[in-house]
Amino acid sequence: MDLTYGPEQEAFRAEARAWLSANVPREPLPSMDTAEGFEAHRAWERRMFDDRWSVVSWPREYGGRDAGVLEWLVFEEEYWRAGAPGRVSQNGIFLLAPTLFEFGTDEQKARYLPAMASADEIWCQGWSEPNAGSDLAGIRSKAVADGGDYLLTGQKTWASRGAFAEWMFGLFRTDPTAERHRGLTYFLVPMDAPGVTVRPIAQLDGETGFAEVFLEDVRVPASQVLGEVNQGWGVAMATAGSERGMNLRSPARYTEAAGRLVELYGELGEDAHDPSLPADVAQAWMDTEAYRLHTMWTVSKVLAGGKVGPEASLNKVWWSEMDVRLHETALRLLGPRAHLLPEAPEAHAGAKWLDGFLFSLAGPIYAGTNEIQRNVIAERVLGLPRS
Amino acid sequence: MDFAFSDDQRLFQQTVREVFDKECAPEHVRAAWGSDDGRVNGIWSKLADIGVIGLTAPEAAGGMGLDEVDLVLLLEESGRAGLADPLVENAAVAVPLLRDAGDGEWLSRVASGEAMAAVGFASEPYVVGAGGADLLLLLQARDEVWAVPAADVGTKEEPALDRGRRLYRVSWSPGSGTSLARGADAHRLVDAAFDRAALGTAAQLVGLADRVIEITADYAREREQFGKSIGSFQAVKHHLANALLKLEFARPAVYRAAHSVAADAPERARDVSMAKVFAADAGLLAAKVGLQVHGAIGYTWEHDLHLFMKPIWGRAVAYGDAAWHRARVARALGVA
Repeated sequence: MDLTYGPEQEAFRAEARAWLSANVPREPLPSMDTAEGFEAHRAWERRMFDDRWSVVSWPREYGGRDAGVLEWLVFEEEYWRAGAPGRVSQNGIFLLAPTLFEFGTDEQKARYLPAMASADEIWCQGWSEPNAGSDLAGIRSKAVADGGDYLLTGQKTWASRGAFAEWMFGLFRTDPTAERHRGLTYFLVPMDAPGVTVRPIAQLDGETGFAEVFLEDVRVPASQVLGEVNQGWGVAMATAGSERGMNLRSPARYTEAAGRLVELYGELGEDAHDPSLPADVAQAWMDTEAYRLHTMWTVSKVLAGGKVGPEASLNKVWWSEMDVRLHETALRLLGPRAHLLPEAPEAHAGAKWLDGFLFSLAGPIYAGTNEIQRNVIAERVLGLPRS
Repeated sequence: MDFAFSDDQRLFQQTVREVFDKECAPEHVRAAWGSDDGRVNGIWSKLADIGVIGLTAPEAAGGMGLDEVDLVLLLEESGRAGLADPLVENAAVAVPLLRDAGDGEWLSRVASGEAMAAVGFASEPYVVGAGGADLLLLLQARDEVWAVPAADVGTKEEPALDRGRRLYRVSWSPGSGTSLARGADAHRLVDAAFDRAALGTAAQLVGLADRVIEITADYAREREQFGKSIGSFQAVKHHLANALLKLEFARPAVYRAAHSVAADAPERARDVSMAKVFAADAGLLAAKVGLQVHGAIGYTWEHDLHLFMKPIWGRAVAYGDAAWHRARVARALGVA
């Protein structure tokens, strides 16, 4: 058992830290859920890409550094430590990319990955539909073969970053006669294709963080099918595994937030009236530390040749619920001031706690609700019978 | 970075599990609970023979010269088995304490299983296993460590719910026995002993929670109501998923604490406290869920569930409960 990073990782850390400290924007960028903020975030990702920092774990031919998983974790630690912006490209680089690496043809990888790494093309997800949320296999949007192409028709919703993204990936029904989980196909769809209509949806914070996407006979060539036709469920579950597991949520963003919470206690703790706050701050810190340790445990297993299966659902429940508790604790520390918007004259300098709180509340809902995750844990880890 | 146990460590764990499967099955634990001394018949010499009790003693003293990273999985197994005997107090606490205090004579006898030790802490009102012990290690005054033969102390059992964990009041007049350390040396020994007791107990709690979840999931699969297995109901599934979630995130916290204790890391106390918080919470939730999912049958003396549930309750509050340890983490973070 060795709990320290090796010299290669520490050298990598030093290089990443130096680059980040010279390049991370001094002022926070505007929200990525506004048109202006979206482009500012795109420019930041482009800046990272130019120096090969946007996708460190990818092969060099697609813009990465061939970095191993430990280096990736180290990069994430440095990234969040430096206070760098959230990743507007996250749906693409963390969710679609692993699926492309696993299921994509060489042509597809060459076509999509470099533009994803440079943020020239930003992706949104097309999973949920008005009648297919937790019951994802209830998807009704369909794709009908037409010559060598497919015609896509239907409605997708809750597509994060859908208001501004260039591309969408998602599931469409190609065989309406098949059993629900079969007959689905994974498509890559350009948002500017004729027949695509985007209706942005304002989120809790009032910004258009997600969108509804209407498709009417949208012509998509067969080269934009990822994996086999009618095998889309299996392909999509690979993406879901990434989203629930550690690809989307490295421990670093949480350990960084926990560190800020401890600092906030140092600033405000004496004036806080709630005697349970010290214990709750300590628990929030421990929860993030446990997540970090659990990730190291899992990574060590993977490096030794093991696989991560349905246990990924344990991860998703843990990080999403600890994130909510952490932010609730910060808001209790801040008291009534917690609810002032950043532009309020008396807002706390750390007004991003409020944004973080709102964002955390989405965690137990997206990427498969935590109720679905608990079913997965019970059925596929503990072996209980399906309902 | 390699946060994993070695093949040798896993093999040792497997060996110990096989011993417990054979000699510390529920019927053996049940018999121990009904016995005079609360111990599982014959298990102690077996554990001594394969090296578990003297694991951290140097080879010269008949031990294996290994550390807490090697020991933690074995203690976890003893929890899984519901072992009644005071293994934490001997293998995890007394042996390294005698080793570090330089008392070779008692060390060899305890490591070989020939003598039983019990450890009295200032923070604990009761001394586990004092009635059957040959040696009392008394740490009641933090700046002194005493080794006292059983003949020189008075013990009185306070019967407790967990019949495998016998609790005693110990009375003793200072002066008899041998002073092992004083002053700053004693502080170091006492603090390390406490952290080892908390870590060892946390490891057992992980094993106990694992066992309770296992037997509860088995029961949920078999038991039928409304014409189907109760494990197919979402309410039952979510109870068990919550218990497993707590357990799986307690595990790495406990293993990291073992590493911190073995390395005597600067964060040792913080890491041990974190481990005890998570292990206690995981154990208590597993016990609660286990009982609820079993229903009335789990509330009986006849069913095995209580052989694992009661040890969880007692251990959750032993050597600092979750609140105490959470407060110690808070102080380590400067949040207090």
